[in-house]
Parts: sequence; C-alpha cells; structure tokens
Amino acid sequence: MRRTPLYDCHVAAGAKLVDFAGWEMPVQYPDGVRAEHMAVRERCGIFDVSHMGEIETFGLQAEALLQRLLSNDVSKIPVGGAQYSVLCNEQGGVIDDLFTYRLEPDRYLTVTNASNHARDLEWFRSHAGDFEAELHDRIDDYAMLAVQGPLAREIVQAISDTPLPARMTAATRRLCGAQVLVCATGYSGEDGVELLVDPADAPALWDDLVHRGALPCGLAARDTLRLEACFHLYGNDLSLERNPIEAGLGWCCREDTDFIGAEAIGAARAALSSAAASVSADPVLSPAGLPAQRLVAFEIDGPGIARQGNPIVGGGTVTSGTLSPSLGVGIGMAYVPPEHAALGTVLEIDVRGKIRPATVMRKPLYRKDG
Amino acid sequence: MAEAEYPNDLLYHPEHDWARIDSENPDVAVLGITWFAQDALGEVVFFEAPAPGTIIHKDEPYAEVESVKAVSDVVAPLSGEIVEVNEKLADGPDAINEDPYGEGWLVKVRMSDPSEREALLDADAYSATLGA
Repeated sequence: MRRTPLYDCHVAAGAKLVDFAGWEMPVQYPDGVRAEHMAVRERCGIFDVSHMGEIETFGLQAEALLQRLLSNDVSKIPVGGAQYSVLCNEQGGVIDDLFTYRLEPDRYLTVTNASNHARDLEWFRSHAGDFEAELHDRIDDYAMLAVQGPLAREIVQAISDTPLPARMTAATRRLCGAQVLVCATGYSGEDGVELLVDPADAPALWDDLVHRGALPCGLAARDTLRLEACFHLYGNDLSLERNPIEAGLGWCCREDTDFIGAEAIGAARAALSSAAASVSADPVLSPAGLPAQRLVAFEIDGPGIARQGNPIVGGGTVTSGTLSPSLGVGIGMAYVPPEHAALGTVLEIDVRGKIRPATVMRKPLYRKDG
Repeated sequence: MAEAEYPNDLLYHPEHDWARIDSENPDVAVLGITWFAQDALGEVVFFEAPAPGTIIHKDEPYAEVESVKAVSDVVAPLSGEIVEVNEKLADGPDAINEDPYGEGWLVKVRMSDPSEREALLDADAYSATLGA
C-alpha cells in the first residue's frame, strides 16, 4: 500500500489507518469522527488528502484540450481561477469529477480522485494527440492538505506571507517558508483552503497547522461533512452508469463547448426536463441503458441509517448514507425514478429488511448559515 | 473506556460478544459486545434490538449496531428468549463505547439451553483470539 508523506504524523497522532484506493489513510483519530466533524463545522480541521492525484496540462492548446475533455466551460477560468467539472465518456457516463486550477495562461492543474487517477491520466493522454499540449502526471510532486472550517483561513493566514486568495481562486504563497499552492476550495461545506505543497515540506506544515489549532480529521469525517453538504463522491454517487444530468450536475455541463459526451448529455438534459411532466412510454436512458433516474438527497424520518446499496421500494438505490453528526438523523443520497424526485416525496428505503421512511430534501442538507 | 479490557467474570463468543450469567438468576444472561468490537466499530450511533419475546439462536445475528461509518451484526453467544432490552441505548448508544460491560449492555436473555455456555471462552482464551 502507498503511504503519503504525512504517514508518520498520522501514526504519531494515534490514527486508525485503512486501505483507501491502495493508500494507507487515516480514517479517524482518537477523538473520533463526531468530534472531528464538529471541529470542522465550528472551528477548524485538517485533512491529509495527498492520495488525490494531479494532472498538469501545459501548452498553447492546453485550454482547447481541456475544453474537449472537461464538461464545464474551461475558457471561463481566469488565471488563478478554479472550476469544477466532470470528465465523461461518449455515452455521458462519468469517468471522474475534478477541480481544475488555471495556474498560468497556458498551464492548468487538474485534481483527480485517488481511485481514478491512473484511468483519468490514460484518458487525458489518449485524447491529447491532436492538441499542442503536454500532460504531466504530478501525483508524486504534491502533498495535499485540506484545512477547513470557519477558522481555517485565519489559521492559515497567520503563517502566510501575503493575504490568501479569495474563494474559488488559487495562488502561490509562502507558508512557514515553504512554497505552497493555496486553493480556496474544499469538500466540507465550510470555508477553507486546500494546500498543494512539496511532499518534503508537508510534515512541518501539517504539524504547524495542528499546533495552531487545526484538528486532524480522517476520511470518515470527510465523508460525513461532504454528504451533509451534498457533494458527490465518485464511486458512490457518480459512476460510468449515470450521466451528470441524472446526478444533478447539469450546472457544470456546457454542451456548447463540445466536450466528449456533450451530445448524450444534451439529449439527457432535454429528455429529463420533459420527463418531469409526463411519465412517457419512451423512457430516457442512462449511459448504462437503464431508465434514467435522479439523484436526490434525503433524511430518514425516524430512527435508522440507510447505507450505500439499500434499495428503495418502487425503484431506486441509496448511493451514500450515514448518520449526520450535525443534524442527528440518518441522511443520504439516492438515485430514484424521476417521478419520486420531487422535494417532500416520501421514499421507503429497505434497510436490511426494515422499511425506513425518508423524505426527499433540498440540497444541501446542511447549510453553513442554518 | 480507552484501554482494552476483558473482565474475568464474563463469558466470550469469538464473534466479539460477551455474556454475564448472574448466580442469583442463573437462567438469564446479560449480553453485550466486547471492547474489541466497539473499538473496531468506532462511535456507535444506533442500536435497535428485537422486541422482548423474540427467540434468538446461538451463533446467529440477532441485532445490529451501527457506527457513523458502518453497520455490524451482533451475534448471539447463547440461545434463548429476549426478556429485556436496554432502552437507554435508543437515546444514548454511545454507552456501548463508553461502558461496553456496564451501561452499554444490549439485551437480557432467558437461556433455552444453559449448557451452551460450556462452548464460550473465558477472558484469557478470548484475548488470545485477538492475537495481541
């Protein structure tokens, strides 16, 4: 199993380590997932996400290549800007979901999910032939620390040479003497930054931020935080079998940019918007050839916790489920037939043989300001 | 409790359950999960037991405990009829972590075959299965 440059920090802190996508990662520390979760909601937590990959795209046609690959309008990213998008195949199936940062006019850095990095890189390379652009695998060149929570900026600002970049932008700063790409993005539903840093500099930076009050948090808290915020997790809520329209990610798909999969996604968008009106004889199909569904967020109405894979009576499947530490109830996301996707619909989830009623809720389930 | 502990007055099932048989009421056993089980699960957030009157069977799952991250079966160390459920766990399942052998007990069972206890492990034998 691979280890991040922060492995020794995790062991020293008493973390429980698990295999995640071939990496030995901290799932939680001795304070436990609830304490970690609430630290991020109320103060500040720090996560080692060095298992995530990075692909650098450089050259005169870097933008054109990314425009072909990524679903969003890459030309809209200013230098120093950040953008979320999905990477799709011709059928509109989602290969990965990604953040792309424009570091220079012709240089972009795309952050990949650990489990998808090799496949993404292969996909990028197989489509790069016609473009004047170079691709570089940067996974070994960066450690990545996510510092998240209402106090995150303050804590990082205290060790930065100049003011931190604004939300949804990225810039290089010196933190404690180390050169760091500070990205004002995150996966927790709170304000915060993600720090891309030379692996050799990562342990000292981690220790310093922990010393200043950032609580080490593991993958378990990362999952409960992102699910309350209704951020998708690839492999749970996104897959090759579902297109981004079904996943509720139509907002980051710009079919007019002619990215790979645009045609299928445009058709799904048109069909699903009319399908809401009529449950017609001609069902819209997902990339897997199944009737299209919609990803909804839900709260369990009583006791119980739904989990990934639990079926829903009348069709559909839970893709993510947990107990929400902030709300104190079972929450999750599920693909359901379009006619069951309206807010307020009561779903009957089969949780290992027990029917648990749940209500379709507005996303996100947790909102920073109540 | 932070440190591993396996009291000598309990009987253990290799699937990480314990049974306490009270000398004053020798046909009723109190059941729970071990320190090892609660530590492996992490913070328990939900426990729901079958109603009193339910018959449970040795070596078979009879309930589920859930942590934030996962759900896990609870295996019956002994057979019998559930006569009481720890109702306090409905609102405070964290007792299973904090006091797995005390406040965190799960159910009381009237044993149908008290000889089954002979197959259970003592604290030393159970600890040895954990390999530590």
